[in-house]
Amino acid sequence: MSARAAEGSLATTWLAPLVALLIAAIVGDILILSFGQAPGEVYRLLIEGTWGNAYGLGQVLYKATTLTFTGLAVALGLRAGLFNIGAEGQLAAGGFAAAMAGLLLPAGVPAILAVPFCMVAAAAGGGVVGAVPGALKARFGASEVIVTIMLNFVVLALLNWIVAANLHVGESLHTPTINAGALPRLSEVAPGFHGSAANATIILAIATAAAVGWFLFRTRAGYDLRATGLQPDAAEYGGINVGREHFRAMTMAGALAGLGGVNFVLGYKQYYEEGFAAGAGFLGIAVALVGRNHPAGVPLAALLFATISQGGLAVNAIVPKQMVEVLTAVVIIAVAVTVPEVQRLLASTARRVTS
Amino acid sequence: MIILAFLVQTLRIATPYLLAASGGVLSERAGIIALTLEGWMLTSAFCAAVGSFYAQSPWVGLLCGVAGGTAAAALHALASIRYRANQVVVGIAINLLAIGVTRFFLRLAFDSSSNSPRVPGFDWYVASGDAASGPVALLASLVNPLVIAGIVALPAVAWVLANLRFGLRVRAVGEKPEAAESLGVSPARVRWAAVLAAGALTSLGGVYLALDQHQFTDNMTAGRGFIALAAAIFGNWRPTRVAVACVLFAAAETFQIQLQGLQLIPSQFVEMIPYVLTIVALAGVVGRAVPPAALGKPIG
Repeated sequence: MSARAAEGSLATTWLAPLVALLIAAIVGDILILSFGQAPGEVYRLLIEGTWGNAYGLGQVLYKATTLTFTGLAVALGLRAGLFNIGAEGQLAAGGFAAAMAGLLLPAGVPAILAVPFCMVAAAAGGGVVGAVPGALKARFGASEVIVTIMLNFVVLALLNWIVAANLHVGESLHTPTINAGALPRLSEVAPGFHGSAANATIILAIATAAAVGWFLFRTRAGYDLRATGLQPDAAEYGGINVGREHFRAMTMAGALAGLGGVNFVLGYKQYYEEGFAAGAGFLGIAVALVGRNHPAGVPLAALLFATISQGGLAVNAIVPKQMVEVLTAVVIIAVAVTVPEVQRLLASTARRVTS
Repeated sequence: MIILAFLVQTLRIATPYLLAASGGVLSERAGIIALTLEGWMLTSAFCAAVGSFYAQSPWVGLLCGVAGGTAAAALHALASIRYRANQVVVGIAINLLAIGVTRFFLRLAFDSSSNSPRVPGFDWYVASGDAASGPVALLASLVNPLVIAGIVALPAVAWVLANLRFGLRVRAVGEKPEAAESLGVSPARVRWAAVLAAGALTSLGGVYLALDQHQFTDNMTAGRGFIALAAAIFGNWRPTRVAVACVLFAAAETFQIQLQGLQLIPSQFVEMIPYVLTIVALAGVVGRAVPPAALGKPIG
């Protein structure tokens, strides 16, 4: 089944994720019952602790912001036919670069200059990490899946070393606080969000998703990128340099994931901390998958996974929060399984109807 | 004495790599991407700790561990062979699933979010005082069914791939499933068998970790499955070379552990070695790594 057909069918767009969520709910019920609790009560707590109050909602929005960036990073790669498993390392590198930029600036630099400077640094940091697998793919045909996985370990070890050896504050695993470039929290505008980490980066996330949509579907370069992903041989025949597209797609994907570092570093803590990415890069794969690699679907899928993630904390009093890690994985497997399966069933039904 | 200690420690660190990498080679040679080694190992380590704790027997732990890890492999096979799901996606998801499931049941079984209670392992020679670090104790620590399995695993996989009909079929479905099918061999069945066998082999690595440390700790595999995958790729999917890669990676770690006091190289740089070498090998700077032709491709 070609990517075009997969994307075109309305039924697969909505049916497959719904079936997947249903499967996840069943697994969730089993886990809850195995812990001796009532599923209804747990789901009620989950909703109450996320969308039911301003603090919970703020946390969901904060988590969804990072996931939007990593989801876009994976989705853009997939549009070019590449599997970017490196968002975790790209996100960390972006956050680190943003913190370095913020530390480099003297205190008192106006936000209008400092914030864009730090953002560019974040995108550049992630972009460099994304460019490596892109270049190796373009030049040597090296599998971007393996290179990005391996590079995650290398980048995280390198950043850990830099922070541990040179930059940490006291006994902590984080850098000093940045001098300039901090973004305001949402609670400064809407006091209800008080205490939650939601911040102005969410605006950047929405704008970035829109920009990616415009790039993919409204520009020549975006067309070249999608053509490469849909049918590399045909794209090459049509005059597109496939190697260059691969390099460009991975570099852009890295930059997108890197920008996600802004959410934690500029928006939340104002420093880089070892391990802040905390799996958001890997969750980006789930977000892209459920969001159907579409810039409009990705933020919605990010909200879904952010809700599940924050919901774990809300129910932790009666069932282990680890339940949501299981559910997240089940959703991914179920979507991966149901998308080809739903397509197959639809195709066989269509055959039966027409014959 | 120092050399003996170095060799023994290298072999012990290499054991989970050798076992998981043998599973990785088998799975990938059959065309199924082995991103899940980490998840299979973690699952088997947890099941081994549970089995060994409740039966107070490492052998029961071994059985439970292999059963658990192979079940995780069966889930992978079901999704990627039967349902033709994307192997990379399913692989990543099973790794996440393994972390979540083991954490959840760690709380359910032992009411802890960090580790299981102490469980019996395969130690038959218990020395105390100075003797505990003496040559006899060092060598005795190698007389462990799982260390021996680790030494045998990759040569065994090499022999199976080279000499058995099953091995030939595995290579055929990994390179050109259509060719195997035209000879009346079901590629799906061969892949199922290879993934289940790979799951069992990899599980032994997870069992070793749990029983060697006498407990399960949260996320105790800590990337070892990926190091094993790195070894499989760096060894160009050839079992003997993969074994050398495993021992090489383990030796680098041992070197770093034993020289920790000297602060010669930061530990983070030693951690990077397997991954950097793999990237270099994939780029083909030294001896290009060429994957099986049908790796990751579902059967038509």
